[in-house]
Amino acid sequence: MKIKIENRALHSEELKHLERITGEDPAKCYQCGNCSAGCPLSYIMDYPPSQMIRLLQLGRIDEAKSAESVWLCVSCMQCYARCPKDVSAGTLFEGLRQLTLREGEDYKKIKELDMPFLKGAPQQALVCGFRKFVS
Amino acid sequence: MKIPYYPGCTLNTVAKGFDLSARESARTLGFELCELEQWSCCGASFPLTPDNIIGLTSPAKVLTAAAKVDSVVTTLCSVCYNVLKRTAETLSEDRERQKVVAEFIEEEYNPSIEVLHFVEILRDKIGFEKVKESVKRPLGGIKAAAYYGCMLLRPFKTMGIDKPEAPTVMEDLFSALGLEPVDFPKKIECCGAHLAMTREDVVAKLSGDVIESATECGAEIVVTSCPLCQYNLEEAQKRAMEERRDWKTVPIVYFTQLLGYALGQSEEEAGLDKNKWDVRALFKEKGVGLCQG
Repeated sequence: MKIKIENRALHSEELKHLERITGEDPAKCYQCGNCSAGCPLSYIMDYPPSQMIRLLQLGRIDEAKSAESVWLCVSCMQCYARCPKDVSAGTLFEGLRQLTLREGEDYKKIKELDMPFLKGAPQQALVCGFRKFVS
Repeated sequence: MKIPYYPGCTLNTVAKGFDLSARESARTLGFELCELEQWSCCGASFPLTPDNIIGLTSPAKVLTAAAKVDSVVTTLCSVCYNVLKRTAETLSEDRERQKVVAEFIEEEYNPSIEVLHFVEILRDKIGFEKVKESVKRPLGGIKAAAYYGCMLLRPFKTMGIDKPEAPTVMEDLFSALGLEPVDFPKKIECCGAHLAMTREDVVAKLSGDVIESATECGAEIVVTSCPLCQYNLEEAQKRAMEERRDWKTVPIVYFTQLLGYALGQSEEEAGLDKNKWDVRALFKEKGVGLCQG
């Protein structure tokens, strides 16, 4: 498969912004795949962590931003714990969430949550969920 | 000995058994958990993007309140522990952010505060030997799996409560209480955390896998230090029961409930009546009941 890499995309403002707000450099990753192997959510992600980082390395930030993986990452930090290059995929996921949330877009509307969950769940689930999913 | 204590939101409500059993256990072991006079929610997740200063303000307020009374603060909930400890580390290393946060919360920030988990207090300040000597009701060799999850351990550089990939601090405590610790492969895996809000199916799988991994290694109970792990592991079993006829429910308990019960607390004091899957039948079966000595 041929992939067209555009210089413009590789140095896009949005990519630079992501690197700035996360303090992470995706270029450090050499694609060993340890993060994806350890990630408990890889099995259900459209792009597991190493592939998400690959998208960023190729300048395909729009694809990374719109991936469902962004909203499946739970920040358990297993990826970072096992990374030999000290890259935190979990932090990049958080940055990608923030790019969307800071535009005022919610991933989940509070009114969509079902009442039994709101009544029965521990507060920390709600507070954490709102911080991850609501702008 | 008095130690400033930050309960956090969930221990004040749905996880009351976790809170009360720990306070009473501390008294039995000769120290007091002194709840901070004023505290707010820690934010329940550490802000991973370094430019998110606002996310640091809430935990910084908690740390400031604690620093007014002592140089340490302890907490029980793994998430609160993670957020407070990482905030303390972040702010101690970054004077610029410390200044911005201090201006925002309109209080002076004291960077020398140390955040300790309750189990660290037991291990390092009290000692498991003393815990063992204080046990009045040994827990009958029940096979207990310590489920650490994520927040007590990661990121390793900051949290460092124990060996990152193979922690044993909980198991060492279990041995002191007369339990038989069970090692199992998924003890440091994630339960699904806040995906309980959006993807119950995923949480059911991850939490179900944790429980199965424990029972396959012989565990009769799974022990947590986090109200969200507790909730997910309990809820996952409701779903498993609907989907699988052969599913045998496993009691999920907080480590302080076991500590409290072993130290002589009543079932109510240890909050054993509050768990979704009752552990009391197992205690009865193993002959754990009357206090000794």
